Amino acid sequence: MSRQLKSLGEEAGSGVRQQARSGSPGTGDRSGRRPSKKRAPRAEGAAGRHGAQPGQKERVGGSPGPGSPRRKQAERRRHREELGERGRSSAERTCTERRKKDGRTSFKEQRAPSKREKEVPRKEETWKQLKKHRSPSLASSASGGESLSEEELARILEQVEDKKKLIATMRNKPWPMAKKLTELREAQEFVEKYEGALGKGKGKRLYAYRMLMAKKWVKFKRDFDNFKTQCIPWEMKIKDIESHFGSSVASYFIFLRWMYGVNLVLFGLIFGLVIIPEVLMGVPYGSIPRKTVPRAEEEKAMDFSVLWDFEGYIKYSALFYGYYNNQRTIGWLRYRLPMAYFMVGVSVFGYSLIIVIRSMASNTQGSTSEGENANFTFSFKMFTSWDYLIGNSETADNKCASITTSFKESIVDEQESNKEENIHLTRFLRVLANFLIICCLCGSGYLIYFVVKRSQEFSKMQNVSWYERNEVEIVMSLLGMFCPPLFETIAALENYHPRIGLKWQLGRIFALFLGNLYTFLLALMDDVHLKLSNEEKIKNITHWTLFNYYNSTGWNESVPRPPLHPADVPRGSCWETAVGIEFMRLTVSDMLVTYITILLGDFLRACFVRFMNYCWCWDLEAGFPSYAEFDISGNVLGLIFNQGMIWMGSFYAPGLVGINVLRLLTSMYFQCWAVMSSNVPHERVFKASRSNNFYMGLLLLVLFLSLLPVAYTIMSLPPSFDCGPFSGKNRMYDVIQETIENDFPTFLGKIFAFLANPGLIIPAILLMFLAIYYLNSVSKSLSRANAQLRKKIQALREVEKSHKSGKGRPTAGDSEDTEKHSSKDATQLQLTKEGTMPHSASQSQTADQKAQDPGVSSSASRPTLPASRHLPVSRPPGVRPDSGQSQPLTHPWRSASGKSASRPPR
Amino acid sequence: MGNKQTVFTHEQLEEYQDNPFRQRIARVFSDDGDGHMTLDNFLDMFSVMSEMAPRDLKAYYAFKIYDFNDDGYICVWDLGQTVTKLTRGELSAEEVSLVCEKVLDEADGDHDGRLSLEDFQNVILRAPDFLSTFHIRI
Repeated sequence: MSRQLKSLGEEAGSGVRQQARSGSPGTGDRSGRRPSKKRAPRAEGAAGRHGAQPGQKERVGGSPGPGSPRRKQAERRRHREELGERGRSSAERTCTERRKKDGRTSFKEQRAPSKREKEVPRKEETWKQLKKHRSPSLASSASGGESLSEEELARILEQVEDKKKLIATMRNKPWPMAKKLTELREAQEFVEKYEGALGKGKGKRLYAYRMLMAKKWVKFKRDFDNFKTQCIPWEMKIKDIESHFGSSVASYFIFLRWMYGVNLVLFGLIFGLVIIPEVLMGVPYGSIPRKTVPRAEEEKAMDFSVLWDFEGYIKYSALFYGYYNNQRTIGWLRYRLPMAYFMVGVSVFGYSLIIVIRSMASNTQGSTSEGENANFTFSFKMFTSWDYLIGNSETADNKCASITTSFKESIVDEQESNKEENIHLTRFLRVLANFLIICCLCGSGYLIYFVVKRSQEFSKMQNVSWYERNEVEIVMSLLGMFCPPLFETIAALENYHPRIGLKWQLGRIFALFLGNLYTFLLALMDDVHLKLSNEEKIKNITHWTLFNYYNSTGWNESVPRPPLHPADVPRGSCWETAVGIEFMRLTVSDMLVTYITILLGDFLRACFVRFMNYCWCWDLEAGFPSYAEFDISGNVLGLIFNQGMIWMGSFYAPGLVGINVLRLLTSMYFQCWAVMSSNVPHERVFKASRSNNFYMGLLLLVLFLSLLPVAYTIMSLPPSFDCGPFSGKNRMYDVIQETIENDFPTFLGKIFAFLANPGLIIPAILLMFLAIYYLNSVSKSLSRANAQLRKKIQALREVEKSHKSGKGRPTAGDSEDTEKHSSKDATQLQLTKEGTMPHSASQSQTADQKAQDPGVSSSASRPTLPASRHLPVSRPPGVRPDSGQSQPLTHPWRSASGKSASRPPR
Repeated sequence: MGNKQTVFTHEQLEEYQDNPFRQRIARVFSDDGDGHMTLDNFLDMFSVMSEMAPRDLKAYYAFKIYDFNDDGYICVWDLGQTVTKLTRGELSAEEVSLVCEKVLDEADGDHDGRLSLEDFQNVILRAPDFLSTFHIRI
């Protein structure tokens, strides 16, 4: 304490000394020095300017509060002569005050003097330097030398830099505008003046230019961001939906959009590399049998009912596999179409795999960095969710809705985590629910099996009815329609959190759909095998027909016969096209069923509920039919399985992707409209898990499952002999071998043959496994380290919290105390203190230091001070309102004190 | 500049009438605390709300805005006011109190049942989108 007082006394004394000196440029010293031709006017100008400052400041300041430090400054400056006395007396007053504030002093107070203590010598030093540099310079200039000494130049440069820094950091200060203005003007004038003196007159213009460019750059970045947001398709629609229905519904639409993007790429691949070359350069329609409608079908080939089933002209078009010719190269570009067809088919799968896995990986990366913010969900929602930019009432409504929804989501999460219930009962119910659902799945599986068996019998019979022909499809659609709601009803027993419930629901419906899909595939396979067994026969018939046609008697031998018309050539059934058509039909009917369900189930229901409510005996809106909720799980799975169809079918029907793109596009608009117009938000709005990796995982599974049949057909079934790009080959992949043999130099062929050697492939696979194992173990250990670090951080935060709560009371008392003097200053102080915090090397470290030894904090807190050097506010009157008289004195030479402050303390 | 004190009231800020905190903003930046702003106050407001303003400054004024009763602390009542304004009163009383409780639980570093500026800044400095949302464009 005594030390502290001494420092205070010293400061007061130094203040007096400084005052005495500060008078000198204007009065005492001037008489002593010879006025120079060049420097003197400038110095005088500076002095005059500073002298004029207070008055001006007072005017500009408008109406600062009576207790405000600025007002005091001005007063003090006006009575410069008496200041010595007053300064002393005020210092004494503070001392006594200090004494009164006995042991209650917090570390903050104790630190403050130490700061001052340090500043005093600094100020003194500065002043000495200033005086020193000024008088010799004046002397030198008086002696006729126009050059500034090196030292002085450097010093002025430093000052100018400080001023510039002040200008740059002006907006960091929580000052009122008037104060900022005066400070800024002063600093600018100073800079302008001395930069002129240093021969850098362009400085200001450069600075202005740089500021302008910075502003322009910021604006450009903003515009660019806006542009980027505008470029994201349907962003506004999805945001709109998200604000009303919560993030879970929005996650479906985001998934749909992502799917659309993937399909666009696939579409580009297939159209650019297969369909368009074929249309442009291939043999035209009608030139060869595979590109012509057979004679028997010609009559009805243009009927709508036929086209609707993808028969007739559509079947013999570039949309399907069968249309492509097995010519090795087409057109003047010598485009190798069969090769391209095969490679595109492979790369469709390759691209899909890569994109799915990549997005899964990026999702997990995003989710790991999420952990930090989990501590402040509610605080962030409360304090940072309102967007102050919103200036449109509709947007504001949306924002309010979305904030409400997100609060509700978080509340649901919170309640779920706090829920304490009878565990045994829940467990029993969950087991029961799973049992029931497994029964359902088994039942539906058996039903499908039964129906498929029956349909195989039907297919052998003649003239079967429409129902018998379509029994499988009907049963499947019925199952798909009624099972999910049944599952949902059963799942209500389980009482899961809606997010987890959604996952279970998704998994169960996935199992159901998978069963459907694979029965469909098995039926299709049977069909294919049947067609393949017939192929030999048809091949012989074709041969014989052609042979007989050319060798038949009764034709003039000298004239060659015109070739047989392609429509008359008998041909095989081309199982690839049949498969393609099957998938095409399935996709279209799926799309139609979806749309009709939405129209009937959602829109008409909503209309009915809305308008019949006026004349109904009970409340329709709140009662039984009510409005429909958006069925997330069903829609997501529909999308995923549809994509599976596309992957499976795109090899045999290149046009399928085009249809799918159209489907996704229309369904985006249609479903957006339907959701907004006729659905209501879920009763318990819940937040989608941030990474929709679950959807992606399902998608990956479906991709794998749809890869299997395609790979099987490519690898082990012979292609049809008279249609498609691979006709005449034993297997489809022979096209690669052919290309290698014919188009690459021989040594490359040898290299490929060598690479295909099992002796090389097996070690390669082994190596891959080893690499996977190694990477896996590395990532595991890394994630373990990560978790440990996080735990450590958590522990550190806890320690910090307990420290704060320990010292919280005295700090609060202190700030209250200062509030009595001036509440504004107190908050300023706090602000600056906070402001310096992030700059310091380690916040917690310094906090600990302070907490540990408040007594020696003068030395301990020194390292933290440099951080606050460039913030002159950290030692203004705010620290101690009535001891701030040193402030106005250093004011004319503010830059000087700033400069000294920026020196390392000696 | 100087003596011309044009008085701005929050009615004149029509463009921002949708902001639930508009009255608070006008009060925080006005001299007398009743929402009448001089040109200087107005400029102050835009300098704080501008894109270039630093985080600390913004956090300081955000604290003042959310401190409804001007007592230097954000207490439970202030939090309740904030939530009600944000959601336009769509949450039930229990939900509001739950939210307030959670916020205090998360952010109150010294366990005194209210948020000091320090606590508030501690939270805000970690918020990912505070800077991007706490500004006004003209």
